[in-house]
Amino acid sequence: MSQFLLLLIAVLGALLAACGGGSAPETKTEPKAESAPAPPGPAGDSVIEGKVTFLGPKPVLKPVSMDATPACARQHSKPPMSEEAIVAADGAVKNVFVWVKAGLAPGSWPKPSGMVTIDQVGCVYKPHVVGVMVDQEIQFLNSDPTNHNIHPLPRINREWNESQAPKGDPKIKSFPKQEVMIPIKCNVHPWMRVWVGVVAHPFFQVTGDDGTFSLKGLPAGEYTVEAWHERFGTQELKVKVGAKETGKADFAFKG
Amino acid sequence: MKVSEPTDWLHRYALLLACMTLFLVVAGASVTSNEAGLSVPDWPLSYGKIMPEMKGGIFYEHGHRMVASTVGFMTIILAVWLWRADGRMWMKKLGLAALAGVIAQGILGGMTVLFLLPKPVSISHACLAQLFFSTTCAIALFTSQSWRRGADLVDSRGWASRPGAVLWVPAAVLAQLALGAAFRHKAVNLVPHAAGAAVVTGVVCWAAVHLLVHYQRHDALRRTAAALLAVVLAQVFLGVGAYMSRVATAEDPQPMPVMVVFTVLHVAVGAVAMAMSVLTAIQVHRHARPAGAERVEVGEMSYAR
Repeated sequence: MSQFLLLLIAVLGALLAACGGGSAPETKTEPKAESAPAPPGPAGDSVIEGKVTFLGPKPVLKPVSMDATPACARQHSKPPMSEEAIVAADGAVKNVFVWVKAGLAPGSWPKPSGMVTIDQVGCVYKPHVVGVMVDQEIQFLNSDPTNHNIHPLPRINREWNESQAPKGDPKIKSFPKQEVMIPIKCNVHPWMRVWVGVVAHPFFQVTGDDGTFSLKGLPAGEYTVEAWHERFGTQELKVKVGAKETGKADFAFKG
Repeated sequence: MKVSEPTDWLHRYALLLACMTLFLVVAGASVTSNEAGLSVPDWPLSYGKIMPEMKGGIFYEHGHRMVASTVGFMTIILAVWLWRADGRMWMKKLGLAALAGVIAQGILGGMTVLFLLPKPVSISHACLAQLFFSTTCAIALFTSQSWRRGADLVDSRGWASRPGAVLWVPAAVLAQLALGAAFRHKAVNLVPHAAGAAVVTGVVCWAAVHLLVHYQRHDALRRTAAALLAVVLAQVFLGVGAYMSRVATAEDPQPMPVMVVFTVLHVAVGAVAMAMSVLTAIQVHRHARPAGAERVEVGEMSYAR
């Protein structure tokens, strides 16, 4: 029996070793300092603007159940609705991240001095989608009477996971590499999710209730503009604008 | 050789540990299914405390840690008990192996938290859980009265009842469980797991039907094979249910109860299938011997009565 047990353990052990294999954990490194700073990015007076719409039956918003966490549920008179796919009566899509994906001349743009704020209020991240520049600071607030954990799930930047006490001190973070998009979760409350677009230049915007966007200050040129939506996916358009011109880029997602 | 006999209380305790371990598997599956894996960012303490406020995902994550600690403590007691009360050296070693397994499992669990769920570690944690549960079930069998009564030898008939061949059944089940864990932890898509399900179901059905046909009058082999077959067929149903419920609730903003229940049951019954396949392999090795072979009780003993 002992020989049989040894054989059994050896076979199962070998399988365990095999199933636990795979690629090594991703090595996460901070970006290396450039040997020479990139030249200033070109500025201009052209504009690309447009509207994002959804063609098809309007998605049904689903309520978030916070029953398991009374501290969250108490802050809402009725269950809040999911913000995953907000489409207005005229088809305008909210929370679409629109950015210039390609076409800009190489260069560096100064990051804004101000911070972007992401608040956790009513156990919901506010806002739901944001854009920041590389290295721009993000201030995470917790306005709730309950603790949260903030857990970004990037593919390029470094992953981290930190708890934040009820109404605790702000956490100031930034992402050093361009990445569109980074989901950020709270594992205590699995419905909580915010998306952050990290871009190396300032030509991005998140659509509001009317689904419109306007990318200002672009130099004349031909650009690839991408619209990203967490449910509907991504679309790209090529837009050519001359000096002081306004180019149109209307996106239409289909159901 | 006359050695001391394990008591009924030791057997009952081993059974209790096996049940607690299955509960631990359920608790672990609940953590993943509720997306609560990193709701407690520190380890071994939880938010710097032994007992944090059990709310939201913390209920699942810290609850899993509490059950795991209980199982770890119970395994220490079992290892000591086996060492002192069971005269079989291989059983003493098996008790120590179980203890080493539960310690390794705890360390893997800690690593999943500290290193933010690296896929190889998370998958290994899931696989070792299945192996540890099978080990506790095997210990319960080895300490049972039926085991103490000795083997009821029958002539081996066909390839499936050869001790070496039947090892492929638990090996195949474990490989399939690993694919399932890889799918749950988003290391692979559904295709390998679904293909593996077809292969493993075929292997188990073939082995179980073979045993049922050829050993109808052998209680231990018949019952074990029937149980293995029933569990694996139930597992296929639960797997389909888990996938369909996941698809049906994909657009919901949070894990929905129907998906959580199906998925947790699928993981738990998978653990039972693994244990049943191990017990089947053990029972075949114990009772089915090649025709004409000498009746030698390797690794077994006659008890002092």
